[in-house]
Amino acid sequence: MVDNVIAVRGVSKAFAGVQALDTISLEIAPGEIHCLAGENGSGKSTLIKVISGVHAADEGTIELNGKEFSKLTPMEAISNGVQVIYQDFSVFPNLTVMENLALTAELAEHRTFVNWRRMRRIATEAIAKINVKIDLDAKVGQLSVAQKQLVAIARALMSNARLIIMDEPTTALTKREVDALFGIILDLKSRGIATLFVSHKLEEVFEISERFTIIRNGKHVITCLPEELDHKKFSFFMTGREFDDARFTPQIRATQPILETSRLSAHGAFSDVSLSLRPGEILGITGLLGSGRTELALALFGSLKSDSGEIRIDGKAVVLDSVRTAISHGIGYVPEDRLTEGLFLERSIGSNIVISEIDSFVSSLGVLEQDKADAEAQRWITDLRIATPDAQNAVSTLSGGNQQRIVLAKWLATKPRVLILNGPTVGVDIGSKHDIHRVLRELAAEGLAVIVISDDIPEVIQNCNRVLVMNAGRIVSELDPTQTSELELAALMSKDVQTLEGIS
Amino acid sequence: MRALPQKLVRSNEFYLFLVIVVLAIVIQARSGQFFTANNLVDIANAMVVPGIFAVGAFMVLVSGGIDVSFPALASLAVYATTRILVDAGYEGDLWLPFLIVMAIGAVLGSLNGWFASRFAVPVLIITLGTASVFSGIMQGALGSVQIPNIPPAMSEFGRATLFVATNPDSGLTSNMPMSFLLLVGVVVAAFVMLRYTTFGRGIYALGGDESAASRAGFNVRRMKFWLYVIVGVIASIAGLVRTSMMDQMHPTNLLGMELMVIAAVVLGGTAITGGTGTLTGAMLGTLLIVIVQNSMILVGVPTFWQGFALGVLIIVGTGISALQLTRARKRKTALI
Amino acid sequence: MTAITTSRSRVRLFRDQHVTRLASILVVLLLFFALVRTENFFRLATWQSMAVQFPEFGLMALGVMLTMIIGGIDLSVVGIANMTAIGSATLMLSIAPTGSDSPEGYLALMAAIFFSLLVGALAGAFNGFLVAKVKIPAILVTLGTFELFTGIAVIISGGKPTSGLPPEYGEVMASRLFGVIPMPLIIFIVATAVIGVLMYKTAFGTKLYMLGSNETAAEFSGLKTTSLTIRTYMISGLLASVAGLVMLGNYNSAKADYGSTYTLLAILIVVLGGVNPNGGSGRLAGVILAVVVLQVLSSLLNTFPHISNFYRPLIWGGVLLLVIVVNQWDKRDHLARLFRWKGTTS
Repeated sequence: MVDNVIAVRGVSKAFAGVQALDTISLEIAPGEIHCLAGENGSGKSTLIKVISGVHAADEGTIELNGKEFSKLTPMEAISNGVQVIYQDFSVFPNLTVMENLALTAELAEHRTFVNWRRMRRIATEAIAKINVKIDLDAKVGQLSVAQKQLVAIARALMSNARLIIMDEPTTALTKREVDALFGIILDLKSRGIATLFVSHKLEEVFEISERFTIIRNGKHVITCLPEELDHKKFSFFMTGREFDDARFTPQIRATQPILETSRLSAHGAFSDVSLSLRPGEILGITGLLGSGRTELALALFGSLKSDSGEIRIDGKAVVLDSVRTAISHGIGYVPEDRLTEGLFLERSIGSNIVISEIDSFVSSLGVLEQDKADAEAQRWITDLRIATPDAQNAVSTLSGGNQQRIVLAKWLATKPRVLILNGPTVGVDIGSKHDIHRVLRELAAEGLAVIVISDDIPEVIQNCNRVLVMNAGRIVSELDPTQTSELELAALMSKDVQTLEGIS
Repeated sequence: MRALPQKLVRSNEFYLFLVIVVLAIVIQARSGQFFTANNLVDIANAMVVPGIFAVGAFMVLVSGGIDVSFPALASLAVYATTRILVDAGYEGDLWLPFLIVMAIGAVLGSLNGWFASRFAVPVLIITLGTASVFSGIMQGALGSVQIPNIPPAMSEFGRATLFVATNPDSGLTSNMPMSFLLLVGVVVAAFVMLRYTTFGRGIYALGGDESAASRAGFNVRRMKFWLYVIVGVIASIAGLVRTSMMDQMHPTNLLGMELMVIAAVVLGGTAITGGTGTLTGAMLGTLLIVIVQNSMILVGVPTFWQGFALGVLIIVGTGISALQLTRARKRKTALI
Repeated sequence: MTAITTSRSRVRLFRDQHVTRLASILVVLLLFFALVRTENFFRLATWQSMAVQFPEFGLMALGVMLTMIIGGIDLSVVGIANMTAIGSATLMLSIAPTGSDSPEGYLALMAAIFFSLLVGALAGAFNGFLVAKVKIPAILVTLGTFELFTGIAVIISGGKPTSGLPPEYGEVMASRLFGVIPMPLIIFIVATAVIGVLMYKTAFGTKLYMLGSNETAAEFSGLKTTSLTIRTYMISGLLASVAGLVMLGNYNSAKADYGSTYTLLAILIVVLGGVNPNGGSGRLAGVILAVVVLQVLSSLLNTFPHISNFYRPLIWGGVLLLVIVVNQWDKRDHLARLFRWKGTTS
């Protein structure tokens, strides 16, 4: 009797004494759309690796197709229909769609020679299975994110998959692309293929998931139906803590805007952006990936050249032609991806904090006054409650939340008047997320002007006093968070509008 | 039907080909000697050894590495082979020298392969080390000296010609060496391997994204290992050809060639970051460098300008492709 | 306050695994030397000849170290050294031809030093420009400029050794402080001190490490990454030109193919000294120790006449590969230790 595609029973896994998974169980029925949720470090990626055979479980079994495995190999997982689609899709950017699809099949059959005609046939069939049109001869590196994902899905389906695991699949997709993806998944469902979403956000896959399993610290918390969940419960299950979700109310003292733009445009990125920001405000800018939100932030930080329009600081027009100019005008920028853009992982916490103002610790003789720099770093460590025994430790020893605080500290140390945060809580656990929100509110109360760029709708609604929605490079509306709903915002963000000229 | 010519015009090889044509015309105009039968044969002759090396260097670059040890590897393999055969008084056929040199090449290549597949250290640094070890073994342990008399089969092979080209004006003759066929053979074999075997496609996959390759089911370690073994074999063939054509074993003759060969492959459009490039490009790049080196005398530039010219060629060639890449990336970020 | 920080940094220095390991290797090597070749070991001349030799490649290694810290590499140092040495030798010959008076000789000396440093810095800046502005990978840039600079050296010298330098140059370079410490060693010590101050006492040094650790983050933190890169390669070129001057003094001539093994040796030293080939970490102390270890090893080998000089590349290459293997082992162990430590505290 096979009534489950997969049944994980009491799986435990420890890495050198750290218990990553503790007697986890999970069952997925054929055709079921299941969502596995948990914070970073909760063990969800370890669980995926155990299911796909990358890691062997210390205890417990995995049942696939009615067969019990205690030590599953990747090959066994694949041959029993488990396919993982990683966040980076694991595609080869330098090869064509055809090869990306067919190479795995050629490999699986242990072929020595490849036959290009056979590869084309295999690839055509694979694409036909998901009913989309993609140029087989295009290089995958030149495809859009959604197309890359389709290639990855098509590839996963080739080997008679019965369970497809998708790691945060909708993060980079527009509404239409998400709809198309969900259409494909429902189609798979009708063929009895189950889908397991891995996510740390509720809204991502809420509308399509049939069951949720939430894990925390390697332990199973709850498996429930979507009806039983709302944001508050979701946060509670994820963190084990309750948070008050009081909204932000600004105390705006100055009436003069500190930062304004009028009709700012950058070719192919955004156009006609006019906004103004006063000290004490937290302005939210939201939009999907590719809406121009990141480019706008970069333009305000002097890292991307705008073609036309004006940026004014304190009412005076300025040209932000480099990051240094922006910094000298009192602008700070917390980038989107802290690991690749914000942090020097193997360098010390202290030097990460002071790097942007390091020139101010240089004596008239040109000597770096390390004591002063250390003292400054220590002050921020205390202020932002960064949990570390020693400022000399490498940043890589810290958790995601603490790392994000370091990036924040680096900018606060430059005493900015405008702080732009791009995705301030991406990949941060919920506890740290609330702490960061608290810090932002306190800073705004002290008179800092803050811009939060985020596609995390609850985040902008709760923490901003105004929200601008960007779509296809333009600001499509300005909302008062108290007068809007998450649904309305989401609809504005992902509405298909006429795309910008110059973008196809 | 418009797709093919369009693709051709956009390709790097096409531009390289244009550069070669223009260069040839310039040299012809300055000297009147470029398009003579014997000069063309001379160029083909000079291309054999760097061409074979370039095939190996190309494969390593595509996989995402950079190998600087192949001249030392080739020298050691050929030196050992010649030494063994000369000491044994071997008078037999050519197959044995080839067999021995390829076997030694494979063993030496496997040392590169072992390191490259197990250690997360840039291949450049690994091969700098192995290159030094190889030449150290040759010059120290084997006490290399010039071997003036190489086995008869080898010198016969070195002298074997396909045809003789004569310059009608000067009466100078040039021999088209038999070994040119070997270059063609190696290129064809490498082409078939890279295009029609899973291993060959795997090398491209590896250069594109190593972790994706391993998730797709390639045994990355094993592939890297065998790649360097194959490259070792190819290099040792080039070494044997050089020794045969010179009709003597000159131990340090090949050393220092790595720069020129890598430059040729990179000029041919192979990305140093791995994953892209074609054999055609690598061969055209080699041709360009050989023409530049061979034709300096024709246009009256002293030979000691060679190093300088090569340096300029590397910088300009890589500079152009780097600028193209930066521009393409800028366009791409603007499109997001 | 300063006392506390210095004692802390001293503790950190010894905690650095590479530095401790190299120091112990050096001690063992010295003991071996003293026991096996006692006579040589206790002869001042042994140490003086070492002190004359290692600055040649030691100076180059300092430059390679800096470029490797920012995530690049400089394979052109030998080319720069030879080019500047030949250039300044030619300049000296034109200012003070054979048989000139002593004042002219000293003038030539001053001009040569100035010229050498200037050209070295320019050549390095050219490398840096190609890396930072044109964005050619550093390996290719410096392979190409090695060829280019060597090519220029060949063109100037016609491929022959340039000799017959004014005797004043040789005298100054062969002079000894207090009659004991050879000039090249003094130059090396001064260079090391300057680099040390630059790396650990200025903002420039901190920025180098940050740049090597994450270039994008450096850009976003407002560092002038282009200028930093150009300046780093410029310093490397400068150091290489100083090495060229030392070589010129030691051989009393210059030639385009001198020091051909030094590229490898410099990289070996830097990797042996614990600099991460991918950038972002490494200590000056480790590199200096590595220089000394290799020189002692080399001099020790010299005392065994039946070991041919040709063995040297074999030994250098072997040591480099060995270091790669040992570093890997160490990393695994280190990782395991890290986890164990976590296990006990949580």
